[in-house]
Amino acid sequence: MTEAARPVPGSIDETMEMLTGADYVADRALATVLFLSLRMQRPLFLEGEAGVGKTEIAKVLASGLGRRLIRLQCYEGLDVSSAVYEWNYAAQMIEIRMEEAVGEVDRRDMERNVFSEKYLIRRPVLDALTGTAGAAPIFLIDELDRTDEAFEAFLLEILSDFQVTVPELGTIKAEEPPIVIITSNRTREIHDALKRRCLYHWVDYPDAGRELEIVRRKVPHANSRLSAEVVGFIQKLREVDLFKAPGVAETIDWASALTELDKVALDPETVSDTIGVLLKYQDDIARIQQGEGRRLLKEVKAELAAAE
Amino acid sequence: MTVDASQNLPESVAHSDGRIADNIVYFARALRKAGIRVGPASVKDAIEAVLAAGIGSREDFYWTLHAVLVTRHEDHATFDEAFRLFWKSRELIEKMIAMFSPVAPDNREKQKLRAAESRVAQAMFEGHEKNQPAREVPEVEIDARFTVSGKEVLHGKDFAQMSADEIADAKRAIAELQLPFDTVRTRRFRPDTRGRIDPRAMMRSASRTGGQLILPKFRSTREISPPIVVLADISGSMSQYTRIFLHFLHALTEKRRHVHTFVFGTRLTNLTRQMRHRDPDAALADCSATVQDWSGGTRIGDALHEFNRLWSRRVLGQGAVVLLITDGLERDDVAGLSEEMARLRRSCRRLIWLNPLLRFDGFEARARGVKAMLPHVDEFRAVHNLEALADLCASLDRRTSVDVDPRRWLESGKAAAA
Repeated sequence: MTEAARPVPGSIDETMEMLTGADYVADRALATVLFLSLRMQRPLFLEGEAGVGKTEIAKVLASGLGRRLIRLQCYEGLDVSSAVYEWNYAAQMIEIRMEEAVGEVDRRDMERNVFSEKYLIRRPVLDALTGTAGAAPIFLIDELDRTDEAFEAFLLEILSDFQVTVPELGTIKAEEPPIVIITSNRTREIHDALKRRCLYHWVDYPDAGRELEIVRRKVPHANSRLSAEVVGFIQKLREVDLFKAPGVAETIDWASALTELDKVALDPETVSDTIGVLLKYQDDIARIQQGEGRRLLKEVKAELAAAE
Repeated sequence: MTVDASQNLPESVAHSDGRIADNIVYFARALRKAGIRVGPASVKDAIEAVLAAGIGSREDFYWTLHAVLVTRHEDHATFDEAFRLFWKSRELIEKMIAMFSPVAPDNREKQKLRAAESRVAQAMFEGHEKNQPAREVPEVEIDARFTVSGKEVLHGKDFAQMSADEIADAKRAIAELQLPFDTVRTRRFRPDTRGRIDPRAMMRSASRTGGQLILPKFRSTREISPPIVVLADISGSMSQYTRIFLHFLHALTEKRRHVHTFVFGTRLTNLTRQMRHRDPDAALADCSATVQDWSGGTRIGDALHEFNRLWSRRVLGQGAVVLLITDGLERDDVAGLSEEMARLRRSCRRLIWLNPLLRFDGFEARARGVKAMLPHVDEFRAVHNLEALADLCASLDRRTSVDVDPRRWLESGKAAAA
């Protein structure tokens, strides 16, 4: 990254400014918890429904602070060799054969040569521990709930000491601990021991005002009336008892989709045609298409007309 | 600290230096009594956090404490209520009086109780209740708030204690039990001479001899048992089996890696945490206190709907097996039951229905609820004789050669109708 690393913000207001500057519309609660996690050097644990902007926080933080973003996408069966480090076995074998071919092999030398940093493949966790003072990277552990408890237990060690022991090399410790952001979609409960080491924040759906601001920033060329209707409709939709309510990501997608279609206002046909952008479950779609969508739209229009 | 900001804050914080730490400790203690798990380490963190953030507006102070003291989304409401009560600036004096004097009654007009209010208030004014006048709102009315229909009858339940023999029998039966689809392959490895090549282990052992000797090492994928999610019916028609089920679930929770327990009658209750008690009697007493609809009506459709919406995504990950224990006798109309069953089946690895009604030989899939549910289960298992836990285990064991295909029952039902 070319831009220089900037120091962490000194107050909640500065944190808020930094987020706004990077086009992330945050509420005061999020700014507070983010500021605390930066100041107290504690990992930030973000939980919330899919598509409310959890991962985005890490990205915004990286660009706002001019730091490198290291992302560890969790999945079932994630193990040390793909998360922390791995030796380059093929190259090591060649090294051994070469030394043998030369003859005169000193055992200690060989060990040192074979297990040197040259043959160490760094994976995200080890990578995150290489930050220099004042420029610690952002370490995003995404969707932790997808991996199993064994990995979670391993993380406990990393998150409390910020060091990794490679048996053949010794202990690698971070000069400055990385800024850790952990996200979870809550498909499984994360153990209390891990949560205890973090600051916890539940990322909720934004209110209408904030969501409108998000749409305004993310889809700048959208018609203002259309944006207001889109946000109003989605806010109403979240109150309906759906299997999966649309997230902020869906709002942005829908607003850009409608703008691409040159719409300036919502009408029942458009809603019905583009509902697939918002709802991803057949039951939910059927329900909204059966007239409930029409009713919600009517309400939104009436409310907007009353507000004018 | 600005003058402006201090007006928003409780007097104890604004005007007396050094008292803030004490107040946070008291606040944490109140939270703990209200049921949020707050350890000493998080109290220390909370004080550090407040010092780091500085004391600004009330909102900042709120979120600062929230960040450190709340670790579960469910606790948010409790925290909110506790914060409102504890850090109340204007009524602080009254609160102090209420806490320390035995006579000052709380005369403020009672509004509708907020979520967690009674629990928090109880935690804060503990020890003073006996001095307070009798509550104007009787407990019954608070309960009435939850009532969904006139049909719902709330019952307590007292379980006979488990004898030592019974416990030993239960443990043995569970240990021998092999559920169908009991293992899933993970992507982790274990050393295995009949497995595939393991380069990491080879390098490590080779380095022991300085590369002189590179011996082959092998590994294979490890298999674990998947999470089990139990949905047990505790309605009136099932009441004679409830005790056996709960004992079974307790033993299972102790034995297995991941067991989530839910019971339903007219509402759905999560008993996973209660089941973690080591002692079966204590666990059952805890369950009995938590569940309010023992032996009432059944609303299978509603219960499944609630489970699907609120819990399925949280507990059905990682190839969970769902064990549904019910007689399938739905009181309400069966509309929606079929859809909910279909969704449940789609979100889990295997759906096993255990039906105690099958002990009657003439059972046919005639009841509307049974007809709606049967097409959506992977296995339909019978309990012919449910007197002891061993019977239950026997009926669930994959080695017992019974015909578990649900279609058999559907077809026989059709034939009988024709």
